[in-house]
Amino acid sequence: MKKYKKPSLFLLVICMFILPFLLNSYWLDVLTLVLFYVVLTQGLNIVVGYTGLLDLGYAAFFAVGAYTTAILMTTFHWSFWLTLPVAFLFAAIAGVIIGTPTLRLRSDYLAIVTLGFGEIVKILATNLEITGSASGIYGIPRPAIGSYIMASQKDFYFLILIVAIISIIAVYRLGHSRIGRAWVYIREDEDAAEAMGINRIKLKLLSYATGAVIGSFAGSIFAVKMSAIAPLSFSFLQSVMILLAVVLGGLGSIPGVVIGAALVIILPELLRGVEDWRYLIFGVSLVIMMIFRPQGIWPTKNNTEDVDDIETEDPNQSISISK
Amino acid sequence: MEIFFQVLIDGLVIGAFYSLIALGYTMVYGIIKLLNFAHGDLYMIGAFVGFTLLSLFTGDGGVNTGILGLGVVFIGTMIIVGFLGMGIERIAYRPLLLAPRLSILITAIGVSLSLEYSSMIGWGASYKVYPIKLPNDGIQLLGTQISFAQMGMIVLSALLMLGLRLFIDKTIYGKAMRAIALDQTACSLMGVNVHRIIALTFFIGAFLAAGAGIMSGIYYGTINFLMGFTIGLKAFTAAVLGGIGNITGAMLGGLVLGILEAFGTFYMGGSWKDVLAFGILILFLVFKPTGILGAKEMERM
Amino acid sequence: MSLLTVNQLKLQFGGLIAVNDLSFTVEKNSISSIIGPNGAGKTSVFNMITGFYRPTSGAIELDGISLVNRKPSQITTLGMARTFQNLRLFPNLTVLDNVKSGMHCRTKQTVWGALLRTKSQREEERLIEEVALECIDFVGIRKYTKRAAKNLPYGAQRYLEIARALATRPKLLLLDEPAAGLNYEEKQYLIQLIRRIRDEYNITVLMIEHDMGLIKQISEQITVIDYGCKIAEGSPEEVLNNEKVIEAYLGKEDVI
Repeated sequence: MKKYKKPSLFLLVICMFILPFLLNSYWLDVLTLVLFYVVLTQGLNIVVGYTGLLDLGYAAFFAVGAYTTAILMTTFHWSFWLTLPVAFLFAAIAGVIIGTPTLRLRSDYLAIVTLGFGEIVKILATNLEITGSASGIYGIPRPAIGSYIMASQKDFYFLILIVAIISIIAVYRLGHSRIGRAWVYIREDEDAAEAMGINRIKLKLLSYATGAVIGSFAGSIFAVKMSAIAPLSFSFLQSVMILLAVVLGGLGSIPGVVIGAALVIILPELLRGVEDWRYLIFGVSLVIMMIFRPQGIWPTKNNTEDVDDIETEDPNQSISISK
Repeated sequence: MEIFFQVLIDGLVIGAFYSLIALGYTMVYGIIKLLNFAHGDLYMIGAFVGFTLLSLFTGDGGVNTGILGLGVVFIGTMIIVGFLGMGIERIAYRPLLLAPRLSILITAIGVSLSLEYSSMIGWGASYKVYPIKLPNDGIQLLGTQISFAQMGMIVLSALLMLGLRLFIDKTIYGKAMRAIALDQTACSLMGVNVHRIIALTFFIGAFLAAGAGIMSGIYYGTINFLMGFTIGLKAFTAAVLGGIGNITGAMLGGLVLGILEAFGTFYMGGSWKDVLAFGILILFLVFKPTGILGAKEMERM
Repeated sequence: MSLLTVNQLKLQFGGLIAVNDLSFTVEKNSISSIIGPNGAGKTSVFNMITGFYRPTSGAIELDGISLVNRKPSQITTLGMARTFQNLRLFPNLTVLDNVKSGMHCRTKQTVWGALLRTKSQREEERLIEEVALECIDFVGIRKYTKRAAKNLPYGAQRYLEIARALATRPKLLLLDEPAAGLNYEEKQYLIQLIRRIRDEYNITVLMIEHDMGLIKQISEQITVIDYGCKIAEGSPEEVLNNEKVIEAYLGKEDVI
């Protein structure tokens, strides 16, 4: 099984690069949206999946990226590529600002505070002049590579595909480093992690900031792809849909989260005609998932090689006492 | 000075709504430590069920509904929504009582989405005009016009809260609730039917929220399937303000928040009032999570 | 020479005084114990030493460095590791990943290292794995390396917690009731293990224990506390024949 993993992943990436030449423009758009969600869910996966912090305002970071790029490109005429590091910086700062007060909160309070922050960001975007108030910012220029101006549907598909691949690799590598493990230790048992010499405050903030940067990356590209952005794209419902994708796929699981992103976007397209039912179906499926399969469609394995019949394996090893 | 009292009265009415909804949050949180995200939507369902009942009752759009008819609509709606609250607990939350907190929170979000969008399918996405018009006349007090409707709502809210206070303090069920909040395991060992008391708590929470729902429908004149989201969040703010799990605190928190918000709106304009409420929420959760009336917790590093 | 010095330590929750005016020292390379009846404040003392509780007053020093007002993670980095009375493992992670947690404070790769898979990052990862496996071997649970911690037999979970603490490379190891729930053979194994930790790694051990047999066998220095106060200290023979200690454990004669 394991030996086929690399070649099949490689094949999948090749397919993703060929796909736009086979699809009509409608499905290409859907697929582009799926890739946006792949990036967003990978970012949220760090916060919720790895570190176990429920964030209900994640769309705020998507907004920070989109607005930073939009404002810098329209008002200050910056090049798209130069806006990216600024957007990352702002997103990381926003992550720390939102993260700091929530550090000592219990998980349910944390959820509501992040929700509150998410709403505050939306209200700011709706009311400030620099963000174009309720109508948002339009006429965002197209990005250029040298003299080539990216304008076609395919250009943006490839751009977001590359970013999606980068973010998957980044999240995978982080997950297999001492930083990623520390996040998981915090999720599993905060006090024990602290006792093992892990500074939970520092690492939680790092988790927020890293997740925020990935979210803002998607936001920046979203701004130039749509060439117009408005507060509506960054609502609570957006945060919930991203969270839904992560939960459906499997918290902490990279392939699971990719599948979750695809489901959340493609499913409603298949349910056309009953569009009104979309969010109802999502709501009900969240409840059903949590009751019957809380680990998600493709759960993470945490590298364990457990056999099911452990109890019977060596009976004389120890007496287990439940305390 | 007149303006001051006018704003104060507005704040009191809105605050009463917040209080009624906050009670449901605080009771459920107190008893099973669940942040019931869907609670604000029960308020919305209350407004819609009241809307339907009013329309059915009178056939003429409810304009001529008398006080008696209105009373029947209120009680009918509150009972229906109360049972809905119980049903939600039974189906969605009870199987997860022992699950990780993250799971049950996500479930609550799922329930909230389900309630909102099934209402959208059932009643439509557009704003509905409430089929009742209350007389605008009232009395002059300290140079301020207070309508009978406003007075009625404040009085009704006060009665409901008083009733709840008596129920919790005087009845065996209230005693059981307080006991479960302290130690669920001990209660079931002592023969208290814990599930039934939890169900009852959900019933009462939904019952009160539905009352607030109809009142706000009448007060504002229009309703919408998303009306429960923001107000739910604010009612939660009120519950936190008063000290979550604390009944009197929730009542007080709602009124304080309503009045603060009314003055905030007056001085800063309507578009910023939500920022004020969420700002208060965040400040309290971070610096005084036990609220105004809450006890001090042990210091940990 | 003393490694840990606790001086006039006091912990008060509201009106309740959990630990009062407690002073003791732990000699370098010794195996020492704190004993006392249930509720005497032993775990509170541990929680203050490791930074989980903030003492109301008093001083704690490890190798001359004050530990008061430091975060638990800082204290661990300074060279103190602990286990918990009721196991606090990372239940869904493998034994290997559990033990790797100990090396966190001894390594320093950042996000950038992880993202770019730099040479030093890969070398550090190798080191982390090497140390973790060594600690797993040391406590004798090698065959469980890839198992999730929650699926281990109870005794192995206790040893795993010790392995995890060893991976932080401590000077002082604090064990909170390490023998709780172990059977006779497992206790004998634990005694060997604690001795080897001291002899082979030169780690000083301080433990809280209820099991007098175990204490007698390995403890060189005992501090007895009751109601948060020290009532006796010395070698096992001295302490276990002390009248006050017998009284604290068995009650006064006329009560019996």
